[in-house]
Amino acid sequence: MSITITLIAQVLAFTILIWLVNKHLWGPLSAVLDARQKKIADGLAASEKGLQEQEMAQKRAEEVVNEAKRQAAEIIAKAKSRDTQMIDEAKAKAAEEAERIMVGAQAEIDQEVNRAKDGLRKQVSALAVAGASRIVGKEIDINVHKNALKDLIAQI
Amino acid sequence: MSVENSDGGGGTVAYIQHHLTNLHTGEGFWTINWDSIIISALLGAVIFWMAKKVKADLESGVPGKFQNFVEMILEFVQTQVKDSFPGHNPLIAPLALTVFLWVWLMNFMDLVPVDLLPILAEGLGVSHLKVVPTTDLNTPLAMALVVFVLTVYYNLKIKGPIGYLKMFLFHPFGKMAVPANIIMTAIEELAKPLSLGLRLFGNMFAGELVFLLIALLTLGATLSAGLLIWFPLQTVLDLAWLIFHILVITLQAFIFMVLTIVYLGMAHETDH
Repeated sequence: MSITITLIAQVLAFTILIWLVNKHLWGPLSAVLDARQKKIADGLAASEKGLQEQEMAQKRAEEVVNEAKRQAAEIIAKAKSRDTQMIDEAKAKAAEEAERIMVGAQAEIDQEVNRAKDGLRKQVSALAVAGASRIVGKEIDINVHKNALKDLIAQI
Repeated sequence: MSVENSDGGGGTVAYIQHHLTNLHTGEGFWTINWDSIIISALLGAVIFWMAKKVKADLESGVPGKFQNFVEMILEFVQTQVKDSFPGHNPLIAPLALTVFLWVWLMNFMDLVPVDLLPILAEGLGVSHLKVVPTTDLNTPLAMALVVFVLTVYYNLKIKGPIGYLKMFLFHPFGKMAVPANIIMTAIEELAKPLSLGLRLFGNMFAGELVFLLIALLTLGATLSAGLLIWFPLQTVLDLAWLIFHILVITLQAFIFMVLTIVYLGMAHETDH
């Protein structure tokens, strides 16, 4: 029940035990615990990062889709305007062509009419000359009555 | 029973005295209490074995049940260190863990039936055996002394010799009462290790004594009507004290650990 040399022995024992515990129990185990803690922290950080990245990718995908939609609408609008333009052009061309054909036809008709008229005039003048010569009984010199004939033809 | 002689008070006193005597050699200061040293060393070996077992567990990568258990203790100690210790010192946590485990194991020897190991030892020819190392004043005081030395060392290291001296000169009453300060601080500093060691010793010694007193109830009793009363009473009392003592030994180990951390934490403070 008194302080003896045993105290010194126990001091030594305690010191050695502290050293042993530090080296063989605390050291390895706390290293493992720290490593585990770090691993879990890293995992959590990675998952957080993954989530963020996914969100970003989603946003980007949305943007791309929207851009595509916008472009498609633009293309459709362009195509529509081009469509009407083409129809208009075709209509104009067709009208022009029709006009041109009609004009040509008219000119031909006029020409035919004129030719027919000329033919008729000539025949009428010949008939008139022949009728007059019968009535008068003698040959009428065309050249003499040229002017009268011309007047007549012009009147027909 | 270790003492056959049961005639009157002499037998009782001899029984208790026998139980409170260490297996020792030498005289006076040079007495060596072999039982304290050997049992505490064996319990230290238990801790070392535990460390080896955990280490083997660690190498497999997957934490086993035993590793989880030790990790639990380790994290408990780490929490205490984090709560009570300012700054960082890699020695404090293993020191606290050692204190907790060792003190707990030594205290645990108190829960072994008081007569069991001494009788077994007597069968092997060992005359005395005091199985709880913490009921030997030398063991708690040795631990308190180590803590005290570490406290002084870190005081000198962190505060510097002048800072440590200033603490003695100007604390707690300021510059006007230097002599009183020296006395007060010296008492304060010395009271720390003394109370640390004596608290553990006192609690464990008293607990052991109560176990002895309970054991006395049927000491040397012969088969008689009285035994019918004393034996059940002894059993109930013993069980009650045993259950209560589980709390006490853990609490004492915990207090010793926390105070170790706190005292060393105070040594690391520089604002004195």
